[in-house]
Amino acid sequence: MALFQVSGFTSYLELRGQILPAGQTQLVDRTNHYNFGTKTQEFAVPLGVDPSGFLKSCNRDGGVCIDLNHGTTTLAFKFKYGVIVAVDSRASAGRYLASNDVNKVIEINPYLLGTMSGSAADCQYWERLLAKECRLYRLRNNQRISVAAASKLLCNMMLGYRGMGLSMGSMICGWDKEGPGLYYVDDEGKRLSGRMFSTGCGSSYAYGVVDSGYRDDMTVEEAYELGRRGIAHATHRDAYSGGVVNMYHMQEDGWIKVCKEDVSELIHRYRKGMF
Amino acid sequence: MISSQTFEDPGKMRDYHYTGPVEHRFSPYAFNGGTVLAVAGEDFAIVASDTRLSEGYSIHSRDSPKCYKLTDTTVIGCSGFHGDCLTLTKIIDARLKMYKHSNNKTMTSNAIAAMLSTILYGRRFFPYYVYNIIGGLDEHGKGAVYSFDPVGSYQRDTYKAGGSASAMLQPLLDNQIGFKNMEGVQHVPLTQDKAVQLVKDVFISAAERDVYTGDALRVCIITKEGISEQTVPLRKD
Repeated sequence: MALFQVSGFTSYLELRGQILPAGQTQLVDRTNHYNFGTKTQEFAVPLGVDPSGFLKSCNRDGGVCIDLNHGTTTLAFKFKYGVIVAVDSRASAGRYLASNDVNKVIEINPYLLGTMSGSAADCQYWERLLAKECRLYRLRNNQRISVAAASKLLCNMMLGYRGMGLSMGSMICGWDKEGPGLYYVDDEGKRLSGRMFSTGCGSSYAYGVVDSGYRDDMTVEEAYELGRRGIAHATHRDAYSGGVVNMYHMQEDGWIKVCKEDVSELIHRYRKGMF
Repeated sequence: MISSQTFEDPGKMRDYHYTGPVEHRFSPYAFNGGTVLAVAGEDFAIVASDTRLSEGYSIHSRDSPKCYKLTDTTVIGCSGFHGDCLTLTKIIDARLKMYKHSNNKTMTSNAIAAMLSTILYGRRFFPYYVYNIIGGLDEHGKGAVYSFDPVGSYQRDTYKAGGSASAMLQPLLDNQIGFKNMEGVQHVPLTQDKAVQLVKDVFISAAERDVYTGDALRVCIITKEGISEQTVPLRKD
């Protein structure tokens, strides 16, 4: 229609297609029974209801209880010899502990790591999509993607679905031409570069521990111990964190996995100073 | 008298007391009960489910197993809302056929798990109310179990229980298969016969204490020879 074109009105779907990096994803009310969402990613949305409140309202109706895997403590900090990333490994669904050995760090490529906190499905899906985009970037541009660009891609994915009830707090850590990089990205579209971040429900405890022990000129062993302590103390006090501490060290020639230690054993070791 | 104790309020009966005017809305979900369990061994995997289909206070069917065969090396167990289980297994079957026709090979267990994760996430804002557990053999012939939440978060495990009695069965499996919280016990690897016996015992216990579990137990044992099924009766009350 002529007026429609003259007015310059862009339909919502077109705008979304420009914002989202990987081409159009559509919000539909039922699965496409010819392609099953294999050509472009489709998201089914309940009709006439606000998606973020929909699940909560279903839970209240009695009989149905859809609890999604949640809950974490993750931390990462830069120091003289690179970036330390430490996460716990607990996933809870409501009051039930779904698993105590989840892997909350996604190894995007040998120079990029992403952590996951918040809703497990959201983190796994979007960070896997980010890994795909990083790989495509590498193939198209013949050089590895920078940490800033990778975190920006993830941030824009989150902005595309802002307000729809996603829950994700992630740290993108890597080493690129600018040196060590650490960015915090969350589901509201916040993207911050910094020296130290901690996310999840146990983050306040981890901040306290790491802030009190942090020095920029720490040795590598001291940094490992600080990361371990941060997670161990956070899991000790936060009910929704626990399991094991998975720790990675991002160095100039890539990341290495440092350790995977059970937090109860760590707390026993620290006991002398605690009680 | 309904006991007020529940593990995680699955299928909780509505409380009938007067609270003022209440808005009744159509709920697209229902809870049909059922429990699913999967165990992975060195060269085998077991997927077991009860066969009771219930809703509220009624039992719709005593012969509705929740294990569905996907390929010669993979079985999926789905419990939760039966309507979504049926639709989800139909969509998985269609996607398996599409993969077979495009790639001229059958999907491996971990590929099916990754695909199911994206299928479930495609309904992130209007989820399938299904708790899935996939059991099968990986490319190296070792047993593999993949457990999912309703929106697609998944991980590989050695054993997992899902469904209405999951909170009762999981600690028992942690103790017997994972040797958790036991001191001075030798960690012997699980043999196939011991695993089958354990699964049967564990379901008998679940049927004693969970109202939505019972009637019969269907066990699917996946080995490189193929998938064999056994049916064991459980309490019918």
